[in-house]
Amino acid sequence: MIDNNSPMTEDELHAYVDGELPAERREAVETWLAKHPDDAALIGIWRAHADAVRARYGNIVNEPVPARLALERITRSRRSWVAIAAAATIAAFVIGGAAGWLARGASAAAPSEMEMFANEAIGAHRLYIGEVRHPIEVKAEENHLLPWLSRRVGTTLRAPDLAAFDLRLLGGRLLPGVVGPAALFMYESGNGERVTIYVSKTNEARTSFRYKIDGKFGALRWSEGGYGWVVSGPDDKPRLKGIASALYEQLDPRTPPVPAPGRSTENQLMSRRGS
Amino acid sequence: MNAFQQSIEAAIPALRRYARALTRDAETADDLVQDTLVRALRSEHLFHGGAVRSWLYTILTNLNRNRLRSMARRPIVTQLQDDDAADAAGPEAGGRDIERALALLVEEQRTALLLVVLEGLTYREIAEVQGVPIGTVMSRLARARMQIKAYLDGERPALRRVK
Repeated sequence: MIDNNSPMTEDELHAYVDGELPAERREAVETWLAKHPDDAALIGIWRAHADAVRARYGNIVNEPVPARLALERITRSRRSWVAIAAAATIAAFVIGGAAGWLARGASAAAPSEMEMFANEAIGAHRLYIGEVRHPIEVKAEENHLLPWLSRRVGTTLRAPDLAAFDLRLLGGRLLPGVVGPAALFMYESGNGERVTIYVSKTNEARTSFRYKIDGKFGALRWSEGGYGWVVSGPDDKPRLKGIASALYEQLDPRTPPVPAPGRSTENQLMSRRGS
Repeated sequence: MNAFQQSIEAAIPALRRYARALTRDAETADDLVQDTLVRALRSEHLFHGGAVRSWLYTILTNLNRNRLRSMARRPIVTQLQDDDAADAAGPEAGGRDIERALALLVEEQRTALLLVVLEGLTYREIAEVQGVPIGTVMSRLARARMQIKAYLDGERPALRRVK
């Protein structure tokens, strides 16, 4: 039996307010609140703040949506390049489909280029994250890191800012890749967790995010604009997906380059799509 | 319009609400929503099932983070649009108070709080949007609530006296 008198953690109080507790814990919290007016008052305050936020912004959903946000309009303005992209996608699909069909008998023996990419990336990840003294060849602070890797990989690389994920760029190294040289960038979190980003040229057309688990590691890969990307780290799909999504957004050529705090602007590692 | 686009369209009013609360400026908010829609349509090939809604919140949250970063580089003082200054003195003064309190939070905390109280996302969904463990979401929420309380405890009496 749950002891209704054991002290309630603050996390549970938040989860209670946000409707995240299972029924039996809700009851326990309610019993607790009946005896602890300070906590009950705190909950009242949190609820009042939430009500104020909703009172302030809640009504916006009832406003008419401005014409510039109408989906047909956005679709129409994109039509010219969408047609081109669609043609390319169909071509890739047809070619990919035929290749897939031909490779049916040997599918296990012939992984796609991006599968090989992911294997290379995870291999490099596993090998280098364990290095205490030499996880990287060139440190993030050294200005030649990005010009050097950009030249070898064949595209302008910029550094994704992953501070929101508590990840700081340690530096990078050059590796032999599947079809050409590959760059491996290593990030480290406050608690020592390491995440790597692997990028290299690919012949594969744009592919969607694919997740692969290999032991205790996970790798999320995709390709776009002639380059393949693999984000590897501990097997935590939501986290790696979040990192990959942020990276993908920062990759967009229309997004202004994001300077990493305390670093020079040329020290950036992302390939600009289309460049 | 396919099912994917229909799900996107259905989410537009909520995205506008979230963007407005994040940016506190109607024009900037709709710019952000427009960019989100363009990206969502363009990267349909990256969407691999799951909830379209959470995915849209993820895109918008990332775009807003990029926007704040690039703003931080340009030392431009942006005036808050004061189209509803009327309620600053009226009975809804609390609306302005909460707006200021939200403005003082760091971005990750503001995002977490708005996603839970305004957009009704679960902790798990917010963890996916922010790309962090649930425990981190909870500590961001706790810090956000603590700071809002501290701000309103300190500021409200002063504002009342001014009236």
